[in-house]
Amino acid sequence: MSVYLGIDVGSVSTNIVAMSEDDKILQKIYLRTKGQPIQTLLEGLKLIKEKLHNPEVKGVGTTGSGRQLAAVIIGGDVVKNEITAHAVAAAKMVPGVKTVIEIGGQDSKIIIMKNGIVNDFAMNTVCAAGTGSFLDQQASRLNIRIDDFGSIALKAKNPVRIAGRCTVFAESDMIHKQQMGHSLEDILAGLCEALVRNYLSNLGKGKSLLEPVAFQGGVAANIGIKHAFEKALSLNVIVPPNFDVMGAIGVAYLAKSAVQNGKSKFKGFDISEAQFQASSFECSNCSNACEVVQIAKDKKIIARWGDRCGRWTALDKTDKMIG
Amino acid sequence: MKVTYPHMGNLYLAANALLEGLGCEVIMPPFCSKKTLSLGTKYAPESACLPLKINLGNYLEAIEKGADTIVMIGGVGPCRIGFYGQTQSDILNDLGKNIKMVVIEPPDVSFKEVWQKIMELKNASWVKVIKGVHLAWEKIYSADRLEKYMEWLRPRAIKQDEAEKIYNEALILLDKTKNIRQVKNIVKNTLHKLEELADYQAENIIKIGIVGEVYTVIEQYANLQLERQLGKLGVEVERSIYLSEWINDHLLSGILPIKSSKKIDQLASPFLNHFIGGHGKQTISHSVDFARRGFDGIIQVGPLTCMPEIVAESILPAINETYGVPIMTIFVDEQSGEAGLNTRLEAFTDMIKYKKDLNFKGCELCQSI
Repeated sequence: MSVYLGIDVGSVSTNIVAMSEDDKILQKIYLRTKGQPIQTLLEGLKLIKEKLHNPEVKGVGTTGSGRQLAAVIIGGDVVKNEITAHAVAAAKMVPGVKTVIEIGGQDSKIIIMKNGIVNDFAMNTVCAAGTGSFLDQQASRLNIRIDDFGSIALKAKNPVRIAGRCTVFAESDMIHKQQMGHSLEDILAGLCEALVRNYLSNLGKGKSLLEPVAFQGGVAANIGIKHAFEKALSLNVIVPPNFDVMGAIGVAYLAKSAVQNGKSKFKGFDISEAQFQASSFECSNCSNACEVVQIAKDKKIIARWGDRCGRWTALDKTDKMIG
Repeated sequence: MKVTYPHMGNLYLAANALLEGLGCEVIMPPFCSKKTLSLGTKYAPESACLPLKINLGNYLEAIEKGADTIVMIGGVGPCRIGFYGQTQSDILNDLGKNIKMVVIEPPDVSFKEVWQKIMELKNASWVKVIKGVHLAWEKIYSADRLEKYMEWLRPRAIKQDEAEKIYNEALILLDKTKNIRQVKNIVKNTLHKLEELADYQAENIIKIGIVGEVYTVIEQYANLQLERQLGKLGVEVERSIYLSEWINDHLLSGILPIKSSKKIDQLASPFLNHFIGGHGKQTISHSVDFARRGFDGIIQVGPLTCMPEIVAESILPAINETYGVPIMTIFVDEQSGEAGLNTRLEAFTDMIKYKKDLNFKGCELCQSI
């Protein structure tokens, strides 16, 4: 069996999909990154190998904030940003899609599509209000399972108004409303509405949002948020199957079109047995004082980055050892 | 009198020559670094904008090296730079630093005041002063020429790192020389060396115009090396503002016969008819200029919470609608993680490339979808 791998190494989750020659998603793996992208990635790779019985890998694409790292470690054919990856996947999965809402662990994006390509996009910049991590936190504070969050919110009769501008405000507002005696359902529904309001005023401003609207990223699992989007936009919102691994799917497509007639740089499943170490140091060669990151495989440096001048990136890597 | 000044791009080349010409002992602050930013953020008000924090770091580092007088350029109108001089000198006083602050306000208000400030610093013969002014001008003009060439070269360079090295070496030489003929020779030799690295057949190069607040547009430390990052992505860059043009327009009232932004400024109308402080109006006018000249995209840069740029940001969608040019806004603050910026720049250039492909060739990727 031959497959294309799409790997999305995000801040909160690491997703891997294996796609067949005829674009079917054969396997998807969703793991918590837990601040250890390398270990998580290798673990995911092992799972793919076991579940698909050592398939032949014809191409690999990486995306997400850890895309560079992932590409170096397993040999990526395509390294793409999350926005392009999500747009490609949405265009494939939701025919004619015009608006893509993506909310992940640390950031949220809006992508406006025209004729199957990105026409405009926005990504939250300075503040992380309204992202998956915040929902996670609040669920655990209220002692409910994150999976139940949305369905509880849907039961609300009178959603309370919660300040959406900033998660710090939102949290203290929620606590205040709880102490006042509002029901859990009404508070959760209010939070969903606040996050949607915040998202639309941060990212959606000045953009006309047209149907079909696709909602993807981990947060799309939350039916309360989906509902709040539909209410705020008065539009139908589609949550595509595999909504949680769309970035990985997109980059698997990109890998497929990149390696046509070419050979993949994939280093083989054996690397999941290898030992990788990441370390960093501050270069003192000039006043930039760049933080240089180095990745070593079995104590042999395989990549360095972070320098502005190219002094370390360009260095011969093969014979340098670290202790 | 040991004089220092804040960094802003290659401004130091002109500042060193000019202040030396005036007969001052010059203490150049170390180039902006993590230490500069840490010092600045430690003592500046938390909600101040990034330029103020980096400036303050520059001063503290220069004071450590013995500086006792600071020369800086002030501002007029509804932008916080008007308060920089006072705020910074108060902070330094509170820290027990005994310094003198000389703030040169743009002569849009009164040239007499600028004259008085210059006389305060003057400690040499007029012949020497005039020579210093001339040298300073030649240096900054030459540095701009090299910078503009680099902006063209980066996406076409066979070895980008090599080109950066040659460019940086040229700046060091320019700073050292005290002779105008040498300045011209350095530029000639450097351009010669750089030309050899150019690949004239390079394909898929897109052009992006950079607009926004002057400090964050010019100071590459503040904008996380925006131009280099774009160069790596195959983008040729043109800025709305270059130091020589800015000095000519704002400090010399536009007397020198080089490109001036005064004409371009009129293009802001009908989108924005008033001066809103800082470079808000210029952001609009230059965006219109770039759009009319057929640029593939525009990137606006400003420090977080910069009022003029926020006003301009809200007008940019109208320019996008009128001319169809993609525009992206980036606000910078203390963060030094380049990953987020790179993601946005890559997505922005991807978008432009796919759009162009769609218009001219029919995009392979889109057909596969």
